[in-house]
Amino acid sequence: MGKTLFDKIWDSHIVVSKPGHPDAVYINTHFIHEVTSPQAFDGLRKRGIPVFRPAKTRATADHNVPTLHQDQPIKEALSRHQVEMLTKNTAEFGVELYGLGHRFQGIVHVIGPELGITLPGMTIVCGDSHTSTHGAFGAVAFGIGTSEVEQVLATQCILQYKPKRMKIEVNGQLGKGVLSKDIILYIISKISASGATGYFVEYAGEAIRSLSMEARMTICNMSIEMGARGGLIAPDETTFDYIKGREFAPKGADWDKSLEYWKTLYSDSDAEFDKVLTFDAADIEPQITYGTNPGMGMGVTRHIPALDQLDEKERPSFKKSLEYMDLQPGAELLGKKIDYVFIGSCTNSRIEDLRLVADFVKGKHKADDVVVWIVPGSKQVEAQAMEEGIDKIFAEAGFQLREPGCSACLAMNEDKVPAGMYCISTSNRNFEGRQGPNARTFLASPLTAAAAAITGKVTDVRELLVNS
Amino acid sequence: MSKIFQHLVSSAVPVPIENIDTDQIIPARFLKATTREGFGENLFRDWRYNPDNTPKADFVMNNPVYSGQILVGGKNFGCGSSREHAAWAIADAGFKVVVSSFFADIFKNNALNTFILPVQVSEGFLDRIFKAIEADPKAQLEVDLENQFIKIVSTGEKEDFDINQYKKTCLLNGYDDIDYLLSLRKEIEQYETTRTYNF
Ligand code: SF4
Repeated sequence: MGKTLFDKIWDSHIVVSKPGHPDAVYINTHFIHEVTSPQAFDGLRKRGIPVFRPAKTRATADHNVPTLHQDQPIKEALSRHQVEMLTKNTAEFGVELYGLGHRFQGIVHVIGPELGITLPGMTIVCGDSHTSTHGAFGAVAFGIGTSEVEQVLATQCILQYKPKRMKIEVNGQLGKGVLSKDIILYIISKISASGATGYFVEYAGEAIRSLSMEARMTICNMSIEMGARGGLIAPDETTFDYIKGREFAPKGADWDKSLEYWKTLYSDSDAEFDKVLTFDAADIEPQITYGTNPGMGMGVTRHIPALDQLDEKERPSFKKSLEYMDLQPGAELLGKKIDYVFIGSCTNSRIEDLRLVADFVKGKHKADDVVVWIVPGSKQVEAQAMEEGIDKIFAEAGFQLREPGCSACLAMNEDKVPAGMYCISTSNRNFEGRQGPNARTFLASPLTAAAAAITGKVTDVRELLVNS
Repeated sequence: MSKIFQHLVSSAVPVPIENIDTDQIIPARFLKATTREGFGENLFRDWRYNPDNTPKADFVMNNPVYSGQILVGGKNFGCGSSREHAAWAIADAGFKVVVSSFFADIFKNNALNTFILPVQVSEGFLDRIFKAIEADPKAQLEVDLENQFIKIVSTGEKEDFDINQYKKTCLLNGYDDIDYLLSLRKEIEQYETTRTYNF
């Protein structure tokens, strides 16, 4: 019987597989950042051991950095300390750091791919659940906790039980104004925030194949929001074209050899999945979430479910969630006034996202009482945006282009949405308090967010596209 | 933090909410510490305290009637971010066991690596636990790792739970994954010689 893509990669990375034990899996690339690594370095110190393969770990500062005045010392003492610890730890243990001020600095899941560090066939881990992003290249990539960060630093391996395999096929073609973010929000709304727990998901089908690399990353990024261990997409010409020529990508004869191997990375036609789900791209409209987990989403023209549409058992959590959002069961969201727009995060802060938004807002201006933050995913994205004049389009539209970091995706720095305010956000989590204490989040695509920035309310972007 | 877990009889703290995510367990703004200690005071921060830092009277952890070393949560406990700080906060607040009818994957790993036992029970049994605590906040639960069962002491109702045997051995004896991985050094170096490229 054939093998799935996931099995091919996993099996070729097993160092030791003992009955009754989790597999010891070799890790090719390990990314670290300031928030989930300090305790792991401390652990090494306590054990008196070095980083086993320092060249296979790369560090950046992203979660906790300010997005204004990055050239100045970080004001907030705890944040500054955390970033300084990363500098100190990486220097002491010989790990490469792309810290503040470095031209490669940025959100860890944005810089790995854009630097050509992320490659097909790799195993990749990071102390951050959205590590699944790198799966877009046909890599097995997943998030880990700090004890596991320490394992990888100490041994370049991790102990894991092999997850089950799921295939999600999206067939057909996407409609106008529908982006890859809408595909993944749609899937999560259909299978729930825990619908893929225990699985590693492979995305396939015509609608996925036709996406650019950056759009594919958006899909894989949110795999974790349905509970999946990770998500991946078989590499193809789109993948190889994207990688070729990037900073750390293989070159010359190495490239040819690599390519030969990468072309073997697909699920065999007779490979078996533990579960297969199929969706039709034509059913997907621009999406928006209304609740406090990413599974609580719907088409932007739809109504929030009424209580009697729900299982009795689901009602208490549902009600609690809508109370937090100050929304009514059965209500529609179109026309709902919003206060903030956040375009950023490892889900949607790449150059294509910024281009798409710039194209759309060119010649328009934001609604008066809306604050719009655009936070590029990396220094390179920022530089590219300036080179293309995108910064000027944003300035004219009244959008603030800030400096790279995680920013209002998790509101660890000062980029917080004030209590009670509504933010339409291109990030990946709408949890209570995620964007600031008592802040209320609507997750959506960059286009839907941009449309809301212009009108000041939840808007079906397709209507503006028709008019323009 | 004790690395060993074998057996526990304790009352429990009920949080009967589904999809408790790690941002609720410990909000990101409290992740700035660089040690593992001290996160307990911010466990469930925004449910537990008002914006002015006064305790919210209606949250279970602020009600002295409830106490114990077992935390009982609704389905899909620990979804969201991979922050191990969530498990550290739970441990730091004095819990040794978390019971739910479903755990998010990463949280489960993180809990085990923090020497907290995640006990997954059926939805029916979870309901009975919540009911038992509702009837008597001091209701005792017994958790036995060796024999893999959880029991509501007052009624004698009992359910077996699953745990992988490797992790069970680790918890019973206080071993951790790094000890095991470090013992594989030869095999790891051997594996490296079989790979030409970094993938
Ligand atoms: S942008 Fe958000 S989701 Fe992505 S790595 Fe940063 S905090 Fe995590």
